[in-house]
Amino acid sequence: MIQAFAFYLFAAIVIASGVMTIGARNPVHSVLWLILAFFNAAGLFLILGAEFIAMLLVIVYVGAVAVLFLFVVMMLDIDFAELRSGIARYWPFASILALILLAEIVFAVMAWNAGTVVAAKASPAAQGVPNIELLGRALYGRYLYIFEAAGLVLLVAMIGAIVLTHRRRSDLRPQNVSHQVRRRPEDAVVNMNPGVGQGVEL
Amino acid sequence: MTEWFQGTLGYGFGWFVATLILILMIALPLMLAVAMIIYADRKIWAAMALRRGPNVVGPFGLLQSFADGLKVFLKETIIPSGANRGLFIIAPILTFTVALIGWAVVPFGDGMVLADINVGLLYLLAVSSLGVYGVIIAGWASNSKYPFYSALRAAAQMVSYEVSVGFVLISVILWSGTFNLSGIIEAQRSHVFFLNGFAFNPLLFPMSIIFLISAMAETARAPFDLTEAESELVAGYQTEYSSMSFALFWLGEYGNVLLMCGMTAVLFWGGWLPPIDWAPLYLVPGIIWFFAKIFLFFFVFSWVKATVPRFRYDQLMRLGWKIFLPVSLLWVFLVSGYLLVTKEQCPVGTTELASVRTDDEADRFMPSCRSQMPNLTGRDRAAGAHQ
Amino acid sequence: MIAHYIKSFTLWEFVKAHWLTLKYFFKPKATINYPFEKNPISPRFRGEHALRRYPNGEERCIACKLCEAVCPALAITIEAEPREDGSRRTTRYDIDMVKCIYCGLCQEACPVDAIVEGPNFEFAVEDRAELLYDKAKLLENGDKWERALAANLAADAPYR
Repeated sequence: MIQAFAFYLFAAIVIASGVMTIGARNPVHSVLWLILAFFNAAGLFLILGAEFIAMLLVIVYVGAVAVLFLFVVMMLDIDFAELRSGIARYWPFASILALILLAEIVFAVMAWNAGTVVAAKASPAAQGVPNIELLGRALYGRYLYIFEAAGLVLLVAMIGAIVLTHRRRSDLRPQNVSHQVRRRPEDAVVNMNPGVGQGVEL
Repeated sequence: MTEWFQGTLGYGFGWFVATLILILMIALPLMLAVAMIIYADRKIWAAMALRRGPNVVGPFGLLQSFADGLKVFLKETIIPSGANRGLFIIAPILTFTVALIGWAVVPFGDGMVLADINVGLLYLLAVSSLGVYGVIIAGWASNSKYPFYSALRAAAQMVSYEVSVGFVLISVILWSGTFNLSGIIEAQRSHVFFLNGFAFNPLLFPMSIIFLISAMAETARAPFDLTEAESELVAGYQTEYSSMSFALFWLGEYGNVLLMCGMTAVLFWGGWLPPIDWAPLYLVPGIIWFFAKIFLFFFVFSWVKATVPRFRYDQLMRLGWKIFLPVSLLWVFLVSGYLLVTKEQCPVGTTELASVRTDDEADRFMPSCRSQMPNLTGRDRAAGAHQ
Repeated sequence: MIAHYIKSFTLWEFVKAHWLTLKYFFKPKATINYPFEKNPISPRFRGEHALRRYPNGEERCIACKLCEAVCPALAITIEAEPREDGSRRTTRYDIDMVKCIYCGLCQEACPVDAIVEGPNFEFAVEDRAELLYDKAKLLENGDKWERALAANLAADAPYR
């Protein structure tokens, strides 16, 4: 009873906030609706018993990715009228895209119900073992090399992004903190005793 | 208690009533604690500046926070005409709520925890990463430049320090073998000889310091309070707020600070365990040890606030990304390497783990194997039993 | 060089700073317990204004308007009319305490020691309008603080 109620609550909010994400006039509102959608999706994962994925969804998507979205969107200067003017031109293309997606979902559900594609529908989690451990065993056991390869790909992507965007400017004099901290009065101050009218050589 | 309510009121409703009462039992004393801790903060800060601090309202000024609360409560709520009304109101509520919900998984004593979930630590991480939203939304919805600057600073700062906090937590998890906070505390029982606490472990002590400093940055406390740097940003994201919405920010901020102090105590200093594993010390209830530790770390927070001048923003970012991130990453490597060298892998498919009965035998294996040792006694409830 | 690295990774400077503040934490306070203790103040202290009376109850002010003339902040407003007995008295004597800069020129200018600045500095009010003092309020202040005012004037008299 309570599970069903929670499921329909979370699912309804996910769908509603998904719609609002697209429909909101203000991009910042869109992102906030998106965050609400992530949050309720995490709730759905919790009901499924996938608490680890639920928490990761909140930490990674809500805690980091959406913050960056919000960060960027808040600083954008968006002209809504201009954005909306394109709708008339693009809507046939967009509706085709939406139809394809819908068809794919319908096919997936049909295939799932037919039961020929997947062997096991329910998660085979053993009772009493937390799914963090099961995930860990799967990722670091059976799929270790794939997992490591995924990590490598991400590392390459990150280094690539840095290499592409990093530029060394020659006209800057960056601060070298440890150099500054190491500086002692002896390095900076010289005591002189110049004769009258002779001045100081620096 | 839950059972009693379920017995008298029916299963579902009894659970609901019991949980509600437990939530109130945590939230109301927490509010009181926040009020007192604001007073303590002001007193400590004052004492280090050779001042007296609040001394008029009540004996020694103990009721100062309540007087402030009353004052703020009676003020007019002002919503700027250019503000985004809904979000402007939601932001402080969000900050305050997030500061409260984190306490759901914090164990106050042996078994004294509202939700003993096995992803407790991840839950705390998730909650602390939500804290930034209140600030960002407040800054944006105010439609004013200083709050907006503050919101941008807050976003960058909290996301940056979240990363190194994550790595610090990983090294703790590696050593305790569980995400459950009660399990983490149990794993610290006589961790180093007779001392309870990961912080006594020379390999984890630097991590505890990094965690403490990152916690200050995460809650935007004194040396890192760039989000409300009054000399640059008026009052930061709170600039346009007044009355109760301002008070909610205030309460939420200190609630977060307390939560971070509690986390430091739980993760590195043995939570509700006494610092030394010595029988007479266990006569003192665990909750008192826990509160004493929280207060100690709050004292440290205030102490740092009174001592260290505010960081510049680029220094803050440099500390987060160029020092804490590499150091904590290196430490994850060191800790996991140490564990890999000194402990045995969990044997798969044999009955060897089932035969483990004492801690000394269990220490031969990786910490995470404890969940597969059904017959373990002694420090037994580490990892395994809390699920 | 190595010493420098050890120093920075053990946060040595921070530890030293915190030790210092901890020592200060236990030092005696430099401030007083203010509302319950007060610092002694000079007889020349320039606090809240008061209009004084002669011992027989006659008000001192003769409406010469010197204070109004000398006031650099234009805080004083005086209107005067002859009283029934023919003596010259003020009908209105207002001081805008919000404008007042507490320079003390009014009491310097006063030939009869009528307007003085007393030792009272705790006259915070809840409403701005309450800081627009009228003659009744100033005379009331004078009655209330007369002993202290007289003592202060007497103590300062040799130096004038």
